[in-house]
Formats: sequence, structure tokens, C-alpha cells
Amino acid sequence: MILDVEKFIRTRRSDWNEFEAMVSMLESNARAKLDIQEAQRFHYLYERVAADLTKLGAYAVEPRTKTYLESLVARGFGEMHGNAVRRLPFGKALIGLLSAFPRAVRRHVRMLVLVCTIFACGGIFGAAALALDPSSKSILMPFSHLLGDPSDRVAEEESSLGDKMKGGKTRFSSELMTHNTQVAIFTLALGMTFGIGTSILLFYNGAMIGAVIMDYTLAGESVFLTGWLLPHGSVEIPAILLAGQGGLILGSALLFAKNRMSLGERLRSIRNDLVLIIAGVAVMLVWAGVIESFFSQYHEPVLPYSVKIAFGSAQLIGVFGYFMFMGRSELEATR
Amino acid sequence: MKSRFNSLVIQTPEGVQFVHQLASPVARFIAVTVDTFAIGSLMSILSISVSLLGLISADLAMAFNVLLYFVVSIGYYILLEMVWRGQTLGKRMMKLRVIDANGLKLKPSQFVLRNLLRFVDSLPVLYFLGGFCALVSPRSQRLGDLAAGTVVVRLPELQPPVLSEVLGSVYNSFRDHPRLEALLRQRISPDQSGLALHALHRRDEMEPIARARLFKQLVAAFCQQVQFPDEVTAAMSDEQYIRNCVDTIYRLAK
Repeated sequence: MILDVEKFIRTRRSDWNEFEAMVSMLESNARAKLDIQEAQRFHYLYERVAADLTKLGAYAVEPRTKTYLESLVARGFGEMHGNAVRRLPFGKALIGLLSAFPRAVRRHVRMLVLVCTIFACGGIFGAAALALDPSSKSILMPFSHLLGDPSDRVAEEESSLGDKMKGGKTRFSSELMTHNTQVAIFTLALGMTFGIGTSILLFYNGAMIGAVIMDYTLAGESVFLTGWLLPHGSVEIPAILLAGQGGLILGSALLFAKNRMSLGERLRSIRNDLVLIIAGVAVMLVWAGVIESFFSQYHEPVLPYSVKIAFGSAQLIGVFGYFMFMGRSELEATR
Repeated sequence: MKSRFNSLVIQTPEGVQFVHQLASPVARFIAVTVDTFAIGSLMSILSISVSLLGLISADLAMAFNVLLYFVVSIGYYILLEMVWRGQTLGKRMMKLRVIDANGLKLKPSQFVLRNLLRFVDSLPVLYFLGGFCALVSPRSQRLGDLAAGTVVVRLPELQPPVLSEVLGSVYNSFRDHPRLEALLRQRISPDQSGLALHALHRRDEMEPIARARLFKQLVAAFCQQVQFPDEVTAAMSDEQYIRNCVDTIYRLAK
């Protein structure tokens, strides 16, 4: 068959223009919806344009037309097969995140158990290392304010009656938020090292906290320690563990085959959960940053330890309850 | 879907194929350098505005500065790629675009994930790890692309070939044989016609001997497809023969 290219382009051009206009409309407005007739027309035009491309592919036609049709089919293919993006108002999106986040965490509860185990192993290692070799303190706790005698620090903290954070609370809070969120993102992203980097980071953080707990406990300052760590730690530590969960989910998707799924399919299946987890973790760390700066840094006699421990305990129970029960009713309703 | 070196070939369920040219790691590195400068410039401008907050509270101004840097350095890529459909300032300059590796519409989760994983890709310095992965990956994907299922492609040049520059003003004697011209258009493959067109475009860059040899080979290949009468081709140079063929193939296109 000899193709009269000129006639072919002339007769088909109107369909291409119509299809291009529809694709451009869909691309420019994520909320745009087609009614049933428009959707049928869109599908018809897509098939015609795709057929035209196939036909032209067999002939030595001018390259511009072929490139144009390829680009049109590629754009149409994306619109035809891609999922529509729902844009929700900020309030609704936040409420949606609040219930979807714990559901995503529960879907991968085995990974969370593994994360807690690695973290606990690190904690035991850190505590044991400090108890057996106190000279390892500078390696286990590379922070200047933790290197001294815990009792001296407690005495110093309790002797300062004024607002020692005055004029710096907001800055300190924002530094904590950004630093902790960076650590959380890094912990999740290191999942790309097949989860090895994430595991090392979790173990190291566990060792550091274990060493701090042992140091203050041996010095008889466990009440001060609980009052200091619990208010913000009851949110911050679970947030880092959840970021670690994200990292191990990523690592296991890279390593292990599941239901004969390809690597691409496995990664696609966890993508939404990873984004939900890291978004939820970021919100948790913003809250933890505020608490650490505006609440945790005040000690007796300014703020009684009993109040701080009660607040921290209530918050920990709240976090636990949130991840256990939030979003369950919606899940049951959809079944 | 299959991939070949430097290009991504996507086959739709309807059996239609289209090709995306993958972006080279060098082009991507230049794009990310431009973006880094853009972030720096944006931060400088915003810092001036934030410093005005210092008149109310120095603590508040410093806090805003810290938060702003963090939000801008991460949000720049995510927001621009969402708004500009897979492009940032650097990618626009380099004519690059992020697309789904299967040709589907990109989801917000893909933009978020590929940009969060920059933290790992940029290790230890200057995107060394990401660049290495892109070099060894068959689809030029850094780790963030792999996790998000995305690729970065070059946007196609939609400029038509400028035929008048290569065809000259000499009359195309092949036009007197419309049946043979039609046969040539039917038999010649797109690759062969493209090759002939490129040869004409770049003929002045070649050494005279290599140029003569190339056009002789092209004429031999074209003659195998369609044989024009001897009286038409007898006094015709190889280069003119190819010029006539290219005119025959492309002149009907709009």
C-alpha cells in the first residue's frame, strides 16, 4: 500500500487537534472531569491517534509529524491510565492523614516489631557498654552536655530558678524540628541500602539512649531523667522508630519477592504507605520540638517532675492508643 | 515495556510504541546545580523579608529562618515538579522532565518520594551516589527514581527539519516519475530517510573523501529500493541523487 502522506495528514489533522485540546485541558486542570460522552470521545480519539502513529511508523514520513503523534499518544496514555488526583481542602487532608497514618503503620506491623527489636538491642548494648566501661561515654554519647556527672547537671539545672531559655525557645524549637525531621527522612531514605543503613542508624540511636538511661540510673537520677525525656521522648522516639519502619519496608521491598511481583510492582505497592508514614512522622516531630523546647527543658522547682512525668505518661498512652485504634472504624465500614 | 540504551520504549496495551530519550547524568547534574543556585537565591531574598521580623522578636526571626531554609530546600523540588508537571527551573533550562517509568500520570507520592530520597542520592558529596546509580542503571535512574518509579527524559525537539537548506534550488527530476517516487516513499524505512537527511544537514562538516564515500554508499542503498531510469540519473552526482530522494520523501509532509 502506498500512503499519500499529504492527504493522510490533511484528513486526520482535525482529530489530532481535538485530542490535543482535550489532553491539554485535562493536564492543566487536575480537577477536570469528563462526562460519559466526553470520556467515550476521548477514548475514541486516543485510539485513532494511536492507530495513526502506528500507520505512520511504517513509512518514511517527515519526522516532525511522527514526533508530534508520539508526544500526543504519550500524553493521552498518561491521562487515560493514570489515577485522578483528588485535591482536598487542607483541613480535610489533615484529618485524612490522621486516620490513614496509623492504618499504614498497622499494615506493616511486623516491620515495626523488627525496628523495635533493633532499637532495643542497641539500647541494651549501649547500657551494657557504659556500665562495663564508663570510659566509653564520650563515644556512646557525643554531646558535651551529657559528658559530665549526671548529678552535677541535675544540681545545676535545679539551681537555676529563672527562665534559662528566655529569648531562644522558638529558635531552639525550630532547630529541633528541622534536625529531627532530617534524621527521620534520612532513616527512611537509607532503606535504599537494603535496610542496612536504616538498621545501623536505629541501633546507634538505641545505643545512645541506652547509655544515657544507664548513666543517669547509676547516678541515682532516674526521676530527673524520666521528667526530662518522657514529655518529648514519648513522641520523638516513636517517630524515629516509625521512620525506621519506613526504611525497613523499603529495604524489604528491594530484597524480597512477594507474590511473584516484580521489583517495580513491589515498590509501587508500598509508595503511598511510605509517604503517609513520613508525613505523619514530620507532624509528630513538629509537636515533639515544641514540647522539648517549651516544656522538657524546665525542671524542679520551676516545674515539678510529677507534672512532667504525668504529662509524658499520658502522652505515651495517647500515642499508643492512636496507633492501635485510630482509623479502625473507617476500615471496618469499608469492608 | 522495554528499554534500550539511552531511551525508554513504552508499548501501550493497544500495541502502540513511543520512545522517550533518557536524560544523561551530566545534563541532570547541570540542572541540579541550577536548582541549587535558585534555592540559594530564593533563600537570600526570603531571609531579607524574614529579618524584618527581627524588629518584633529576634528569636522569632531566627526560628523562621531555620524553618524557611528547611522547607524551601525540600519543598522547592516537590512543589515545582508538581506545578510544572515534572520540571524544576534547572530541568526547564536543560529541557528535561520527570515522567512515570511506565508512561502513566505521575502521582504526588512519586514526587514526594523521589525528592526525599535526595538525602541518600547526594551522599557522600555532590550527588556522587545518585550519579553512580544513574550511570549504571539501564534507565538512568538514581535511587530516588528507582523507589518512586520515575525516569528523567529529554523533551523532544518539535522543530521541523529545514529542508530548504539542504535541498537547494535545483529542479528535482524525480518528480517526472510520480510512480517511482511513490514506490520510494513506500519502500524506504524511516531510519534510512532520517540518515539521508542528517547526511545532507552535516555534509559541510565532513572531510571531502569521507563525504564522497558516504553519499556513494547511500546512493547504493537507495538504488536497491527503487531504480530510477538511467537517463535521469546519468549525469547526476551522488549528493544530488540523495537530495532528490530526500525532497521526494519529505516534501509532501505538512
